[in-house]
Amino acid sequence: MAVLLIAEINDGTLAMDATAKAVAAAAPLGDVTVLAVGATAKDAADEAATIEGVSKVLVAEDALYGHRLAEPTAALIVSLAGDYSHIVAPATTDAKNILPRVAALLDVMVLTDVTSVVDADTFERPVYAGNAMQTVKSKDEKKVITFRTSTFDAAATGGSAAVEDIAAAEDPALSEWVEDKVAESDRPELTSAKIVVSGGRGVGSEEDFVIIEKLADKLGAAVGASRAAVDSGFAPNDWQVGQTGKVVAPDLYVACGISGAIQHLAGMKDSKIIVAINKDEEAPIFQVADFGLVADLFEAVPALTEKV
Amino acid sequence: MKVLVPVKRVIDYNVKVRVKADGSGVDLANVKMSMNPFDEIAVEEAIRLKEAGKAEEVIVVSIGVKQAQETLRTGLAMGADRAILVTAADDVHEDIEPLAVAKLLAAIVKEEEPGLVICGKQAIDNDLNATGQMLAALTGYAQATNANSLEVDGDAATVAREVDGGLQTIKVKLPAIVTTDLRLNEPRYASLPNIMKAKKKPLDEKTPADYGVDVAPRLEIVKTAEPAERAAGIMVGSVDELVEKLKEKGAI
Repeated sequence: MAVLLIAEINDGTLAMDATAKAVAAAAPLGDVTVLAVGATAKDAADEAATIEGVSKVLVAEDALYGHRLAEPTAALIVSLAGDYSHIVAPATTDAKNILPRVAALLDVMVLTDVTSVVDADTFERPVYAGNAMQTVKSKDEKKVITFRTSTFDAAATGGSAAVEDIAAAEDPALSEWVEDKVAESDRPELTSAKIVVSGGRGVGSEEDFVIIEKLADKLGAAVGASRAAVDSGFAPNDWQVGQTGKVVAPDLYVACGISGAIQHLAGMKDSKIIVAINKDEEAPIFQVADFGLVADLFEAVPALTEKV
Repeated sequence: MKVLVPVKRVIDYNVKVRVKADGSGVDLANVKMSMNPFDEIAVEEAIRLKEAGKAEEVIVVSIGVKQAQETLRTGLAMGADRAILVTAADDVHEDIEPLAVAKLLAAIVKEEEPGLVICGKQAIDNDLNATGQMLAALTGYAQATNANSLEVDGDAATVAREVDGGLQTIKVKLPAIVTTDLRLNEPRYASLPNIMKAKKKPLDEKTPADYGVDVAPRLEIVKTAEPAERAAGIMVGSVDELVEKLKEKGAI
């Protein structure tokens, strides 16, 4: 059995954490070959070659792959698929965009957000926003899988796999990139941060979200938000933690003014330590919190910021 | 231009999910079912395109049990013009996989030739996030997933996509498949007169055999279990106590 693992690369930079976690997840499935694809991908490929458990790295460097548009990237992966029993990637927005397309082109089902590998055909994944865990066995000859990285530990580095250039595949020429609007931030990336501080509807406004951000900056943390806060326009969508947003599992998760709707819990309940600050003592968030504080967040959060 | 919107009947998002004691799945008997929330956003976007004069007809399609007729009527009451129901399962617990759904939709796309298909980005039951991408693959069309905004202009659509870290805007050739994210729009409620009118709108009933599609599942569900529960924590009385506990745990 052999695994083709699509590395997560953004603008030529390898997302080491996500990729190394996916390598660890895929290791029991067979020999892991990493595919580094992008307009610039060589440096990322060299870095991926250091992840332990990687046996080979393929580099497809071409302007065509500059923005990881689904159609050309899927076409490339399908052109390589013949040699592999499993085609896998970390469950990032890029991979979630591309791999279902790959699966359909190969006439197989896709398994997304897999949290555990039982055997080569059998996997666990959450359904119903994490309210149930399903064990599924694939009858397809090839498996196409995205791994929810928050449930796997990253593979170590120190390896030195061979790096090999490959040619670009055909361009289906169906879509073109126009622009990226990336929020500039010095904060750690939400899904790989060690600490996440999140605000919910209780924060009340976009202006008041600053108190959440101040605590986050003091702790060197990423900022998250509940869907309610995003819906209300207090925070941008890419801060959203939950079933329909990002799934995080940091060492410390601080939920401020978040009631704890099922959809939010699905995105953070695997965090090692959960702190909840909410003025409603009945809030469901307290049922998953290791430390709960019933308090007005406008007093408690600034006080906490001062004392940590 | 026609716009096709696939809609799925799923457990209402406000209902607490109960895993069956025998591990065979989630209990859906006598549970409130509704249109998948992301599909509601898709229907709304299609109707707005029609209202803006960019689309002539909005067709809603559902694939599943015959009760999905109610979901289609909801779409019609919101403003869709007609509906297609593909009855592919008898039991509400039987979920038709995205690959089979995409094959049926691809066959419908061939017949109806829509300029745009707008799907929800994921269904809140199986959370697979796959149907739109798979349909795009099978039709050979462009895809724009997780749409935050959609503009149709002639033979192309410009879509801002929600991606990690912000928004990516792409331009896709039509026909194309777009999937909706949360912030694309806020779906309308159907008014009572429109609910009444919807009852008279055409609804075609089909089966997978009509399209020559095999809907046999590729994935066998071995078991469905409750997620692991977290051990109960403690309540602290003050910020100072919280800081002390977090330091004890080495968390800060």
